[in-house]
Amino acid sequence: MIDTTTQGFDPFGAGSSIIRLHTPVLLEQIQLFHAGDIVALSGTLYVARDAAHARMAEALTAGKSLPFNPEGQVLYYMGPTPAPPGRPIGSCGPTTASRMDPYTPMLIERGLRVMLGKGYRSVAVKESMLRHGCVYLSAVEGMAALLAQQVVTSEVIAYADLGPEAVLRLEVIDFPAVVVNDLYGGDLYISGPAQWARTRGTP
Amino acid sequence: MVDRVSSAIRDIHTDVITQLVRELVLQASLEVREDHRAALCRALDSEESALGCAVLRGLLANADVATRERMAICQDTGYAVVFCELGQDAHLVGGSLQTAIDEGVRQAWRAGYLRPSIVASPLDRRNTGDNTPAFVHVDLVSGDQLHLTVLAKGCGCDNMSALTMLTPADGRAAVIDFVVETIRKAGPKASPPVTIGVGLGGTFDRAALIAKKALTRTSGQPHPDPEVATLEREILDRINDLGIGPAGFGGRVTALAVHIETSPTHIAALPVAVNIDCHTHRVAAGVL
Repeated sequence: MIDTTTQGFDPFGAGSSIIRLHTPVLLEQIQLFHAGDIVALSGTLYVARDAAHARMAEALTAGKSLPFNPEGQVLYYMGPTPAPPGRPIGSCGPTTASRMDPYTPMLIERGLRVMLGKGYRSVAVKESMLRHGCVYLSAVEGMAALLAQQVVTSEVIAYADLGPEAVLRLEVIDFPAVVVNDLYGGDLYISGPAQWARTRGTP
Repeated sequence: MVDRVSSAIRDIHTDVITQLVRELVLQASLEVREDHRAALCRALDSEESALGCAVLRGLLANADVATRERMAICQDTGYAVVFCELGQDAHLVGGSLQTAIDEGVRQAWRAGYLRPSIVASPLDRRNTGDNTPAFVHVDLVSGDQLHLTVLAKGCGCDNMSALTMLTPADGRAAVIDFVVETIRKAGPKASPPVTIGVGLGGTFDRAALIAKKALTRTSGQPHPDPEVATLEREILDRINDLGIGPAGFGGRVTALAVHIETSPTHIAALPVAVNIDCHTHRVAAGVL
């Protein structure tokens, strides 16, 4: 379900138009995304970073199942701070996505629809996204304490021994992110700087 | 002949060092330093991109929430770098300096619900569980005080840092190009707007150390040497021409400040180290 009104939700204080997205995610929903759009995610986010990706790759190689079925899901690259008493989670901004690039196509091929992190993706990942229908969003790392306010529940679902790198399932409401790579080859990390770069001497 | 000047030796107990390190880590991790907040406000004034302004407003709102809720500003609570300026007339009693600092880090990480992010070995990658050891640098100075500066250094931006050994013939222009190119390559990965520490001169190791230390300077305060201050300004302008912008989404403000520290060097050498700190710039200092 998508609506593009802000309904009082204003995570960046920008008053800009926001696309609301509820999980699980259908291909038709992310077809409406364009690089630079602000998205508010609600529903389930699966969380995995470096060590968990390495272990998921081992599981697939060994013919075992993944901790979650990626089909139609959102995967968030993140390792939170410990939850203070009475809170579901600590600060929870994104980590650098490119470290997960070697493991990413295997998840996209299994139906992953949305990835949430920060920083560039590899050419191989971007090709896989276009081929199988997956978009990449960036959250803002320096908004980590603010993002924690949008998390309703957090649960370790696998690899608890990895500590801050365990696989988590979060339930979130209006979790803010920006579309970086859309389904049409749009890449905010290229188009954004290209729009604002200037040569000395020019106004 | 030895000229003996008598001087009183002052005892500093390491328990007090532990206590101060604990306080400084918590302050740096949960509260955005006033000079950094001011730099973010100035950035918001000069940013022209709507998304860039949105990110800067988000960073300022996050600072308020973190302080109010006593939550870490960022989930990568970083590694604890502790710069010590130890007066040579001070005498540390009670235990070793490293142990005292590590205990302060351990206590702060527990009390502040900070994320343990240190592994004991770069190969087996086992987490130490309490973010120790701290990375401690000691300079012996005159006097009998101990100045401590804690930098809670995020790693995404540290990973994008770089060092090169230029030659004297490469000169000033190559220094500028190397710093600008390092930031261009880092792009969104360094979580801009960044603060940049540059170590210029010295040796391979000294350049990296003074680049890191340069990060702890009051944000945007120019170097006292006008020639160096001009270079800082020039590099900052070139970097902000890159258009990377807040969070790498495009915009005018890619860096908040460039701080250069210089050191005497060899006739054959022109080392340049660039240490990047992300938009979560965490520094706190105190004196014993």
